[in-house]
Amino acid sequence: MRYSLNFLVPLIILAAPVAGLAQSRTYSNVGKTPSEEEIRSLGIIVGPEGKELPPGRGTAKEGAELYAKQCSACHGRDGQGGVANKLVTGSPDNPHRGTFKDNEGHPIAYWAYATTVWDYINRAMPANKGGSLSPDEVYAVTAFLLYKNGIVQESDVMDAQSLPKIQMPNHNNFVPEVPVWPPNPKKPSWY
Amino acid sequence: MGSNRSGRRQFLKSAALAGLGAGAARVASGQSAVSEGPPKDTHAHGEPSHLAAPAGRGVTRSITHTTYYTPLAESVGIITPASLHFMQAHSRLPDIDPAKYRLTIHGMVDRPLMLSLEDLKRLPSVSKIRFLECLGNSSPRRHVSKPGSTPVTVQYTHGIMSCSEWAGVPMSVLLKEVGVTKEASWLVAEGSDGSKYTYSIPLTKANDDVLVAYMQNGEPLRPEQGFPARMFVPGFGANHSVKWLRRIMVVDRPYMTWDQSVHHSVPRADLDNKSRWYNFVWPPKSVITRPSAGQQLPGPGYYEITGLAWSGWGKVRKVDVSVDGGKTWKEAKIQDPVLPMAHTRFNFDWTWNGEETVLQSRCTDDRGEVQPTLAEMNRNWGRSEKDRLEPTNSTFHWNAIQPWKIASDGSITDALFA
Repeated sequence: MRYSLNFLVPLIILAAPVAGLAQSRTYSNVGKTPSEEEIRSLGIIVGPEGKELPPGRGTAKEGAELYAKQCSACHGRDGQGGVANKLVTGSPDNPHRGTFKDNEGHPIAYWAYATTVWDYINRAMPANKGGSLSPDEVYAVTAFLLYKNGIVQESDVMDAQSLPKIQMPNHNNFVPEVPVWPPNPKKPSWY
Repeated sequence: MGSNRSGRRQFLKSAALAGLGAGAARVASGQSAVSEGPPKDTHAHGEPSHLAAPAGRGVTRSITHTTYYTPLAESVGIITPASLHFMQAHSRLPDIDPAKYRLTIHGMVDRPLMLSLEDLKRLPSVSKIRFLECLGNSSPRRHVSKPGSTPVTVQYTHGIMSCSEWAGVPMSVLLKEVGVTKEASWLVAEGSDGSKYTYSIPLTKANDDVLVAYMQNGEPLRPEQGFPARMFVPGFGANHSVKWLRRIMVVDRPYMTWDQSVHHSVPRADLDNKSRWYNFVWPPKSVITRPSAGQQLPGPGYYEITGLAWSGWGKVRKVDVSVDGGKTWKEAKIQDPVLPMAHTRFNFDWTWNGEETVLQSRCTDDRGEVQPTLAEMNRNWGRSEKDRLEPTNSTFHWNAIQPWKIASDGSITDALFA
């Protein structure tokens, strides 16, 4: 114990620059404060406002080629589904509108947010190779799938500004409109 | 390693002294089941008896879903061992080196935090016995017998659920440690599997009873359960309990990830065909695990009816059992412990007279909510006759009373859609 003071002196000096942070923790010296770079290295999760979307751009035309190479083997040549989920319903000229039945799957026209399309492709696709596509590629495939479902034009540019503004056709068909917890007590128990 | 080797040496020495090779032992004892060679040293983690094949898990695999099914028909008590716990994954299971594991908590917080597994273990810990049930468990398609589908037994109709003791750090401890800002209201939990499985939960729930769990039934999480650490959200669909947890991002709204806002949403006729999403809690439910479909009663006489009841809202208040096709109901014996959001074991004495009948159980939870019949459930959800009889897709949060039909020859079948 008589050595403890000697050890403490350099520790106090070293700890000084982060003292403000350290003092606010309840449990001392458990874990570390991650650097900005360490947080960035986790990658982005894009929420419904799209504020995390990175620079880059893509169109359906550009996405068609990439889709054929990287996606069609599992999702079908035209997104009709295969060993993996159906992504397209209707056609650009005759798109599916209105609600869905529970046996119609979840083609892109079903999704509530275009930002979700970008986020899922970016982090999860292609299967077991998530994170391998560049932002431009993700914008392009997103544009292609939105186009095939009749939501955007073939030449529309998808980027951090345009994507969050897209009105998804099924957007208003989810309940409750704003997810809540705890649930509304006025609703029946099975709601 | 050292103790393994010396244990084996010790065994060989004893065998030699006794003049017994393994082959000699077999002949000498007349026990033909004794295996060739010295037994494997299993002292570290143990193994089931090699003389009896215990009921194991079933499995189905597709590119989007790998599922292991708990053998519920053999269950007694409420705890599912880790080796028999159900599993569902949507991509390849990650293989994470615990020495390199990090959990990062960031977003709308004052003090972002990065924790190693050792850091997590230093923090205050709690354990809870809680059920975990896949959203699609017992859904209509599980009850349809057709070529290529899973057998219609309780293992496959209801076996995507289990109950274990989970231990780890309360999420409230971690959220206090990072200091969430006053605008924050949800957190986003991301796993490190191939699909970066991601779910949002409200901070009120997170602070209430959610864990970052690193132990199951007294041992480290198995890789299929999220090793080294997972989020565990009691009472909610198991889809909320993100495995291989790599980050928690504190935010001010649900993040509408595919897994949650698309994949686990369900169009419902009673909601004008709009889709129900962010439906968190498993309502009261029960199932007779034995006797159950696929089993065979050898003849008239006494059988204990046993089963499991649970509710994501709290504790089980009572379980009623009917042995006459729903004409009359009697209260079953509830076995201790009765824990909130946990499997509760019920038992019921029954003497079969050899005639055809139907067995079923009905759970009432401590809020007074009663498990519905199929007819009530269809009415509640606005499902048509067609939907009922030939369900064409899976649905979620399906908690209908489960009838098992006993034929006069003692064979047992699923009578839900019969």
